[in-house]
Amino acid sequence: MSEKLEKGLEVLRAEMDGKAKAFFSSCVNCGICAESCLFYTETRDPRYTPIYKTEPLRKLWRKEYSFWGKISSALGFSRPMAESDLTDWEELVYDGCSMCGRCSMVCPVGVDISGMIFKVKHALAKAGISPEGLVGATQRAVDIGSPMGITLTTVHAMIKHVEEDTGLKIPMDVEGADYMALLSSNEIALYPEYLESLAKIFDHAGVSWTLSSDAFEATNSGLQIGNKAIAGQLVQRVVDGAEKLKVKNVISPECGHAYTALRWEGPNFIGKAYPFRVVHILELLDELQAAGKLKTTGKESERLTFHDPCSIVRRGGINAQPRNLLGPITENFVEMADHGNMNWCCGGGGGVSSNERAEELKLTAFNRKKSQIEATGATGVVTACSNCRMVMEEGVETNEMGVELLGLTEMIAAHLEDRPN
Amino acid sequence: MIENLIDGPLWYFSLAVFVIGVVWRLGSIIFASRKQDLSVARGAAGPAAVKTVFSRFVPHKEIASQITLPIVAGYMFHLGLFALLFFAAPHVVFLEENLLGFGWTPMPHWAFIVAAQLSFLGLIMLYMRRMVNPVSRLISTWDDHVAAILTFVVMLTGCFALLEGSTGLRLLHRFTVELWLIYFPFSALMHTFTFVPSRAFTGAWFGRRGIDA
Repeated sequence: MSEKLEKGLEVLRAEMDGKAKAFFSSCVNCGICAESCLFYTETRDPRYTPIYKTEPLRKLWRKEYSFWGKISSALGFSRPMAESDLTDWEELVYDGCSMCGRCSMVCPVGVDISGMIFKVKHALAKAGISPEGLVGATQRAVDIGSPMGITLTTVHAMIKHVEEDTGLKIPMDVEGADYMALLSSNEIALYPEYLESLAKIFDHAGVSWTLSSDAFEATNSGLQIGNKAIAGQLVQRVVDGAEKLKVKNVISPECGHAYTALRWEGPNFIGKAYPFRVVHILELLDELQAAGKLKTTGKESERLTFHDPCSIVRRGGINAQPRNLLGPITENFVEMADHGNMNWCCGGGGGVSSNERAEELKLTAFNRKKSQIEATGATGVVTACSNCRMVMEEGVETNEMGVELLGLTEMIAAHLEDRPN
Repeated sequence: MIENLIDGPLWYFSLAVFVIGVVWRLGSIIFASRKQDLSVARGAAGPAAVKTVFSRFVPHKEIASQITLPIVAGYMFHLGLFALLFFAAPHVVFLEENLLGFGWTPMPHWAFIVAAQLSFLGLIMLYMRRMVNPVSRLISTWDDHVAAILTFVVMLTGCFALLEGSTGLRLLHRFTVELWLIYFPFSALMHTFTFVPSRAFTGAWFGRRGIDA
């Protein structure tokens, strides 16, 4: 048995919990999940059927945990798992799945297919069967602290620009602050207006906040590639930074998978609960608005729609908040046909956008979002995830759609009421 | 001789395999290890688990139009089979005399015919889809085929037994039922029971995160 196969099987066996047994015992291979997956609906390739992507784990279950599998093995009729049972699924799991979780919403017997796919990803990552682009990004995250190779020096340069543009001081390493804000790589490299917006909003609302020199990066490549050990290592950096500054809350930025990594999976990755609260920026803005601390003025007259980032809405439970925030600042807002918990992914989640090999497939998958946007007649799409925004900007440009992409936090900042001097 | 075997030892054996097998399979799921979730819950897992067990009977409206055939055929088959199993007159008598000691009002003959037609049609539609649809063809296993064919045979012999009223056909039906009971715990037929913990696990997961799934 090869070392890769051995490592992969070790993980798959460790992942075979009661849930996996219940799911695989219940699945009748109806294939309904295919119609929920944009990689299938946009390609009509049956291999992209979500439950098929779990096949390495399911095959192991059939061989080692089912009655017939055990009998076959005992009688020598069963072919042992081979390395190809893992390698043949690499493309399906990494290129053809954005971990959007729509399949988990539609399965008639309730299989959390997305969760099972993550288990397969975990096995492949541990076996070293992962795409080059993601391996590189993960290595940079471990070595440098950021998958895009962003260093503290770059962050300082951005802070300098933001301070010049806003006239506001960006608090750095303030011990005892109420909130510690994190940034995703995209927000540092592509969308510095996010930090600018935070500065304006928190100044307006009187929020005590800080950035941390030790923990500014929220992006978690460990989660994207499926390596729980690395994911935990990256989460631990944030935990250490927050504990050092003794903050009460950590703000997850406009980044879907960063929210999943920090808010939901992080404590499990590091094996302990946090001594602070994790709050997504949309949750915090909604709380500030409800408390009357966030006062906006004026409304966007443009026809706007909202793209629900899967990890924040369907897998994260933040559904009402973006609507609460958009309501007061838009006068021509229109929902997409399938929105909220049943939204369609942009096509670039789950590490697909960091995987150069998946570029063409990602753009094909984007066709679903393209038709959704076009059906609304909107000229602007608001979202709350820098990765979704980047993927959709690429899709919009490629398809010459003439639609503007907007970050929700920036929109709020642009509509802040002037504070009385 | 064969009659005694089918009505006697084989019946008790198949029933024992069915009951012990189902309990063992469910136990292996319910008592299997599950890691504790250390994240702070936003919502309650328990009520969401119970809700999801029932809510998944109805597909989300956003996908219903794309899966009309398997949903409609699935309901036809399952409801028809349920009606036949528990409300066909011979089954009510059999359950009263051999297992429960009490009975209930069986469905009239016309309802039996409707239920049988619905379940046959549903099962045939589902199986044809399994054979024709590229997705279903790719993911189906031999177990899916055996389970469907065995169920079809049980239903077919059941109709023969009812219509002809002969001992031979009654024995044939009972024999196929016994094979079905023996196969049940080790097959995809187990979804009859395991869909409950499956839906509950997923519902609890979503519920903790405050998501209406």
